[in-house]
Amino acid sequence: MAEFDQELDASGLNCPLPILRAKKTLNAMDAGQVLHVIATDPGSVKDFDAFSKQTGNDLMESKEDGGKFHFMIKKA
Amino acid sequence: MDEKKLAIIATKGSLDWAYPPFILASTASALGYETQIFFTFYGLQLLKKKLALEVTPLGNPGMPMPMGMDKWFPVLGLALPGMQGMMTAMMKQKMKAKGVASVDELRELCQEAEVKLIACQMTVDLFDMDQSEFIDGIEYAGAAAFFEFAGDSDICLYI
Repeated sequence: MAEFDQELDASGLNCPLPILRAKKTLNAMDAGQVLHVIATDPGSVKDFDAFSKQTGNDLMESKEDGGKFHFMIKKA
Repeated sequence: MDEKKLAIIATKGSLDWAYPPFILASTASALGYETQIFFTFYGLQLLKKKLALEVTPLGNPGMPMPMGMDKWFPVLGLALPGMQGMMTAMMKQKMKAKGVASVDELRELCQEAEVKLIACQMTVDLFDMDQSEFIDGIEYAGAAAFFEFAGDSDICLYI
């Protein structure tokens, strides 16, 4: 897995909490920094893709590993 | 990129119907929308300091009932005293188990994200409600004020 600056574990949380927590965490980060989000909500795969497209924050990586979803988001 | 705008009218005051306005508004603001919710009639229950929202199985054939209860208690059984309280407790328990946020939590997230919450002044007067019953940080206004924002919105929802 690529390097990241901050990690957010949103396991067990359901829509829309993973997105809201990620947004809040990104707000406190600097442009160019990378946030690693871990989620268990299967809906989060499409949601983080849509979040990235609409906010301009780059979704560098999106993958499933052992029942958990991992997202790498670079702050715009 | 110009900021998009979302205008929502929330008219319902039950636990299940409390979710769509707060979920959509908080998500929209995370996506960069400027968002307002106008609460009217029963929707004003969603702005009370102490939320007492319930869910009713009555007149709601689409509601999944636990343990096949709809077969044990057909329509009239659902009207029994205590049934609504029981359904509400079960719904809350299920939401908690599935990691769904509480209405209080979503409402706080909306306020944190600067979603503007507006109470319909006419309804407040109609039902003899007092402003002290409502949470802080909301505005009181009428239909014309809603249109000032909604007229420029990209999405407008009536819930």
